[in-house]
Amino acid sequence: MTWHTLQAVYIIWRRDMVRWWRDKARIISALTFPVIFLVVFGNGLSGAMGPLVETAGTGPASVGGMAVDYKQFIFPGVIAMNIFFASIFSGISVVFDREFGILKEVLVAPVSRGAVALGKTLGGASVATVQGTLVLLIAPLAGVELTLGMVLRLWPLMFIGAFAMTSMGVALGSRMKSVEGFQAVNQFIAFPMIFLSGAFFPMRGLPTWMEIIVKVNPASYAVDPLRRTVLEAQGLPAFVLNRLAEFGLGLELFGRPLEVWHDVLIVLGFGIVMNALAMYLFSRGE
Amino acid sequence: MTAAMIVVDGLTKRFGDFTAVDHVSFEVHPGEIFAFLGPNGAGKTTTISMLVTLLRPTEGRALLAGHDVVREQAAVRRAIGIVFQEPSLDDRLTATENLEFHAVLYHLPPAERRRRIREVLEMVKLSDRADDLVERFSGGMKRRLEIARGLLHTPRVLFLDEPTIGLDPQTRRHMWEYIFGLREREGITIFMTTHYMEEAEFADRVAIMDHGHIVALDTPEALKRQVGGDVITVRTANMDQDATLIEQQFGVRVQRYKDELRFEVEDGETFIPRFVREFPGTLHTISLRRPTLDDVFLKLTGRTIRDAELDQKDVQRNRLRTRFGMRPHR
Ligand SMILES: Nc1ncnc2c1ncn2[C@@H]1O[C@H](COP(=O)(O)OP(=O)(O)OP(=O)(O)O)[C@@H](O)[C@H]1O
Ligand SMILES: [Mg+2]
Repeated sequence: MTWHTLQAVYIIWRRDMVRWWRDKARIISALTFPVIFLVVFGNGLSGAMGPLVETAGTGPASVGGMAVDYKQFIFPGVIAMNIFFASIFSGISVVFDREFGILKEVLVAPVSRGAVALGKTLGGASVATVQGTLVLLIAPLAGVELTLGMVLRLWPLMFIGAFAMTSMGVALGSRMKSVEGFQAVNQFIAFPMIFLSGAFFPMRGLPTWMEIIVKVNPASYAVDPLRRTVLEAQGLPAFVLNRLAEFGLGLELFGRPLEVWHDVLIVLGFGIVMNALAMYLFSRGE
Repeated sequence: MTAAMIVVDGLTKRFGDFTAVDHVSFEVHPGEIFAFLGPNGAGKTTTISMLVTLLRPTEGRALLAGHDVVREQAAVRRAIGIVFQEPSLDDRLTATENLEFHAVLYHLPPAERRRRIREVLEMVKLSDRADDLVERFSGGMKRRLEIARGLLHTPRVLFLDEPTIGLDPQTRRHMWEYIFGLREREGITIFMTTHYMEEAEFADRVAIMDHGHIVALDTPEALKRQVGGDVITVRTANMDQDATLIEQQFGVRVQRYKDELRFEVEDGETFIPRFVREFPGTLHTISLRRPTLDDVFLKLTGRTIRDAELDQKDVQRNRLRTRFGMRPHR
């Protein structure tokens, strides 16, 4: 990659960041949607569901002194949701760029199409990571304790997830001719993916078909490491942390519990495939 | 390498079974102002899109500054600038940010970037709005900014697709002065499209395009000479009969256009007194004017450019109808 290409990637990235910063409505909705989710669903269902892991009571998971309730459980799910929607939106915004003629200006410039796709992906992934970070501000609402170590470990995980999902968005958007298609993608791809990712329900006692869908859904592997990282920072005993899958709080694959690095490999693999696809579709031109 | 800046040979573009550009061939010389004149849907934008590497030709070849537009896209892109027919600015960025974006894509070093941005903003009289968001600009201001952007990286060939759409007469004149100056100073080659005849007259050479074909290509003067000397327009009491009458008696070819009869004569000033004296029918009005490019278009296609545009609307409406399963009608 030449210096010129890097600069082109940078300026395309910067354009998306600047546009995001000026779009106050988008920032506000990125803040309020998670609040509503946590307050309404979190509080509404916490009572009904009771503690998911109870370390003091008499339930199957009794260990002494700690509990994980539903609000804490969905907190990483809400981070993932925010990242996910921001990513898909940014990726698909190539359709808007096309609609408003800005894409033509970029495509006629002496810059490789691959660089254009990469700039779009990195821009979208950065915006999505920032929107995921916004959710951390409302951690107290979920009863989640923030630690510096946790935040530092969450960031790369968020970015990798955001990168994968934005790549998917760009790939979808690169062949799309109209803004109407965006709605269809939201309804038939984005919503099912986030709702069937284990972001909002524990992986315990699911019907088999649902469990299968969750496990083939790449978004699940973006949610899982966020949850492991958040729960770990809540001071749960190692005994529980090592067996999250048994409580339905972590994913397992082929009967083996996953670790964060497994998730990262899966998401990264998916992201790289999607990014290659996005670049390929993009460079094929009209 | 050829001496011509643009060489187009048999260039063709089909969309499905519709041929938008049909075996078009021409050359543009360095430093020339070359214009495409034609009604809506003639294929002007489609031709430009192929020349600037945005559309792949179905058939034929084109060289730009010696580079093939299909096989050497990178080299072609470096050599050109374009002002699109449709808006293509980012509304959420300021004027300067839009220009910076462009400058980086075109690899201008930072110092030169700042200098050129200042220059082109000055040129289109937008210096005082440099840091305003483009969404607050008027249509004409946006157009000027786009023209500035097309020139920012000092291209060898500048494509202008309907550049003066939405500009007031004063800005229009300004832009033309600037374009002439540019050619003087930088020897830039300009390829423009328009459906304003007055504007095509500014060009060194004009290609008249209709239904994907180039129907004539020459200097504006030579094209108008094809029409003959002067254009005489008369309105008479009995148009159908008088048309044949005039053809027989004065040895001219009469074209009926709406409620007028038009024909060309060598020397209009001396023809009129003779006509008034000798015409046997009832004459309502008579007028004389120098031929315009529209007369050339009329002569070559049997329609005026305005008519052709109305036809085109029919074509498009019919195509829409067919698409939605309705019966086309005329
Ligand atoms: N992507 C496309 N798919 C199908 N048909 C197209 C496409 N682009 C252009 N056409 C058709 O090709 C023809 C030529 O279009 P073009 O845009 O080149 O005309 P033009 O001469 O630039 O007209 P105008 O003066 O209105 O800009 C039109 O009939 C148009 O409908
Ligand atoms: Mg056009």
